[in-house]
Amino acid sequence: MIYKKFFFKGFRSILSHDSPAIALGCCFIAIGALLKNLGFNIQESIFSTMLTYALPGSLVMAESLLVGASLLNIFLAVWFVNARLYPMTVSLFPLMMHKSQPKWKYYFSCHFIAVSAWLIMKSNYKKIPKNFRIDYWIGIGSATWSVAVLGTFIGFYISEYLNKDMLIGLAILNPIYFLCMMVGAAKTIQITLSVLLGIILGPVFYYFSPEWSILLGGVVGGTIAYLIGELNVS
Amino acid sequence: MSANIINAILVTSLATFMSRFLGAISSEGIKENSKIFRWFNCLAYATLAALIARTIIFPAGILLDTSYLCRFVVVTFSIFIFFITRKNYVYPTVFSALSLAILNNFF
Repeated sequence: MIYKKFFFKGFRSILSHDSPAIALGCCFIAIGALLKNLGFNIQESIFSTMLTYALPGSLVMAESLLVGASLLNIFLAVWFVNARLYPMTVSLFPLMMHKSQPKWKYYFSCHFIAVSAWLIMKSNYKKIPKNFRIDYWIGIGSATWSVAVLGTFIGFYISEYLNKDMLIGLAILNPIYFLCMMVGAAKTIQITLSVLLGIILGPVFYYFSPEWSILLGGVVGGTIAYLIGELNVS
Repeated sequence: MSANIINAILVTSLATFMSRFLGAISSEGIKENSKIFRWFNCLAYATLAALIARTIIFPAGILLDTSYLCRFVVVTFSIFIFFITRKNYVYPTVFSALSLAILNNFF
């Protein structure tokens, strides 16, 4: 089963002084308020965060519902927006794969892949023995997921007391937090170039194809950064 | 409306879980020192950076009600604060929320 020592170590990682829990919680407060304004009840709002647990995807779903989009449209729009989770998973899970661990842990815990948990794991995995990394990851994921659910719950009930300025303040927290984390993580040529090119190319591709801009920016920028990094090493 | 909402939530979760699950399956044969792993690492960082840039430059939701100038000023100063506070994540984040909420009333 899950090794408790590393599970709780991962769970406690969100309590550090510079943890993403506050920024993440604030963003889900905004999502909770948004869902209530869209006509969701509390069960549906919580259900949505528990099952989706991805901010951009939840936003896209909310906006699509607002304009009366079909289920197929919602599926495709969310899939495009959340396709970033695929390279994020492939760039994290090999660090945690160990033959002593059962596969169900990996299939179950892939649900926790999200920017905040991913960045915490990327910064800390070297401190954890490889055979227990998956337990540590499940701890991080459970903690960030709980914060998201709690944030949605709070946002739903305090939405009447939040004015527009407060919601704007809550909405900018997450992008700024993630931006700082990405800048902080840029310690090698490959990662630094990936971040820079992603920031430049994402908006550039938006002019050609808003739906594909994130994926195209990521694939083109990431590939250029990888090639330059490999050439530099060799 | 309620049935629509439940269906939309289910469809959204399926679309989201698909990428995560396919990623977990693909990871099985990849070694952490391999070239393909390094490539995917670059793709992941670049994709996240593209997502963040798009969220700030072409936002959806309530951030649409703020001007480009406000967002640009807030992001620039937040990064500046990040560096002068020795890469502390909390100060720039709190600063961004307060400053954007205030600046939005003026610009």
